[in-house]
Amino acid sequence: MTDPSQPEDTDPDAEDGFYVLHLFVTGASLHSTRAIANLKQICESYIPGKYSLEVIDVYQQKALAEQEQLIALPLLIKRMPLPERRLVGDLSNTEKVLTGLGLSR
Amino acid sequence: MSSTTSNKHNTPLKSLPKSLTGIIGLDEITTGGLPAGRPTLICGGAGSGKTLFSIEFIVRGAMDYNEPGVFMAFEEKTEELTQNVTSLGFDLDQLQKEKLIKLDHVHIERSEIEETGEYDLDGLFIRLGYAIDSIGAKRVVLDTIENLFAGLTNQGILRAELKRLFEWLKEKKVTTIITGEKGEGMLTRHGLEEYVSDCVILLDHRINNQISTRLLRIVKYRGSVHGTNEYPFLINEKGISVLPVTSLTLDHPVSSERISSGIPTLDKMLDGQGFFRGSSILVSGTAGTGKTSIAASFADASCQRNERCIYFAFEESPQQIIRNMRSIGLDLQKHIDSGLLKFQASRPTLNGLEMHLVSIHNQIKEFKPAAVVLDPITNLITVGSVSDVKSMLMRLIDFLQAEQITVLFTALSLNNVVNEQTDEGVSSLVDAWLLVRDIESNGERNRGMYVMKSRGMKHSNQVREFVITDKGLNMIDVYLGPEGVLTGSARETQQLQEETGVVLREHAVSRKNREIERKRLVLESKIAGLKEEFESVQDELNKTYIEDELRKEVLDKNREQITRNRHNE
Repeated sequence: MTDPSQPEDTDPDAEDGFYVLHLFVTGASLHSTRAIANLKQICESYIPGKYSLEVIDVYQQKALAEQEQLIALPLLIKRMPLPERRLVGDLSNTEKVLTGLGLSR
Repeated sequence: MSSTTSNKHNTPLKSLPKSLTGIIGLDEITTGGLPAGRPTLICGGAGSGKTLFSIEFIVRGAMDYNEPGVFMAFEEKTEELTQNVTSLGFDLDQLQKEKLIKLDHVHIERSEIEETGEYDLDGLFIRLGYAIDSIGAKRVVLDTIENLFAGLTNQGILRAELKRLFEWLKEKKVTTIITGEKGEGMLTRHGLEEYVSDCVILLDHRINNQISTRLLRIVKYRGSVHGTNEYPFLINEKGISVLPVTSLTLDHPVSSERISSGIPTLDKMLDGQGFFRGSSILVSGTAGTGKTSIAASFADASCQRNERCIYFAFEESPQQIIRNMRSIGLDLQKHIDSGLLKFQASRPTLNGLEMHLVSIHNQIKEFKPAAVVLDPITNLITVGSVSDVKSMLMRLIDFLQAEQITVLFTALSLNNVVNEQTDEGVSSLVDAWLLVRDIESNGERNRGMYVMKSRGMKHSNQVREFVITDKGLNMIDVYLGPEGVLTGSARETQQLQEETGVVLREHAVSRKNREIERKRLVLESKIAGLKEEFESVQDELNKTYIEDELRKEVLDKNREQITRNRHNE
């Protein structure tokens, strides 16, 4: 299943440790803005320069909801490195986000 | 709730608009379907038919009522779903292509998901909203939304979001079915009934005496009258059919047309014309009295009139009946080949009583027969109590009479008087009751038949001997003689004796006749002799008389001569 909006940014040849993140949000809702802020902060402090982040507003691309099996939002999908992980919520629990991203040691 | 719903419910007062489900029977119990534009909860245990129920709602809506529908599956994948309902003749792929339905499988797996804070179910809303708008859906099914509770842990959020979802669906004015697994002490495991308060339908699957019956009950239906009973329903190759338990209005049309029973001599006992069309006939008797033969003759007669007939056999297989009936000169196979006769054989234990009724209903609706045979109803007692059987048969008779279908039941009665009067209690329901019984005497067993009752016609009060020959069935007048009622070989002996008597008597009569003839001849010859004698006497007398005459004439002549001679001189 290809992603119609960002077809080529999941680079299979990416070097180890490069993070490809997709964050699905719903407009400028409270949860969404909080999630964006939280994610940016975590990425900058833990994997600065080693990630690409795509924020997708589902309201703009409603067909995505079915394709990506979206139910609970906001949703962060870690495409790379494998395995793919799905993180639901406003990412306020940093501990869990780090576990989900595989950053906790 | 007002105008946007597309239902044709035209009551004078503006009552709750309803959306027809298209499920046979359900629209009658709910008087018009599910509440339009509102959510309905269908709950039940595993395998109670929730998914099928909801998919039929969507498919019928799309095909019959021009209401496209969205089916959101939280359990089964869309391919599985499509496959599962192919057996019902629903082509979901085609319907999807025609944009009449939309299937969406929601995959949610707890192990793949990490919850990292506050969230909402906007994804689901967007997804559903998009699906609804893309085909202009009027119907939505969420099957089984409770699976969300398995995928997501935050119950507080889920509950609030579900509440919001149902409100949103109402605003969208789509008729929604939400299915839910039955929980302990609650209708659903997660208490969905709290949110869906307009209409709740409970499906059940009950095992009684090792026989399962599916039941449906409307727990609540806000703003509408509805049937409150538990209604049995059936899932078969045509989908779901629910059977209304009662329609006992007793206002069905009646016909005064008469139809033959298939046995001319029996027709003669029934005022010479047979049964009324659309009446119900009970043939009861002990084992081996020929009930099935009577039933088969009736079926045969119906087919001879070019009318369809269904034969429900609960005891023998169709082949067996066909073979056996060939021995009495009834060829049922040719009627099957011409499509007029249909056999439906099943063991009573195959289904619960209600299931039998539903399947009989369906068969009749589909085949549209003019006559129905149930052989024998007594076997049904193995799957239900007497009162159950009675209520089932009452409903069946009701239905058949409303459809103007003639029905013939056979019933096995045990050899005692009490049973004769009960017979599963149908005897008071039926219009005609024939009783076949054994008459045992002189070391042999014969069959006697009489018409116990026959509403609305003059009928014979005589016991007839019922004989089964290789040419068919026949009723013979029993011999009523000085020695009482005789049947079988005793009757035949008596008949022979009578025949002998007749011959002897005829012989005697002819001898007497000859004697008389002879006497007559003798007398006649005597009369002739006397006549001759009389004639000779008469001749004798005549002779003297003529002589006298002649003499007188001659004398006169002579005298005249003499006188003339004298004058001349």
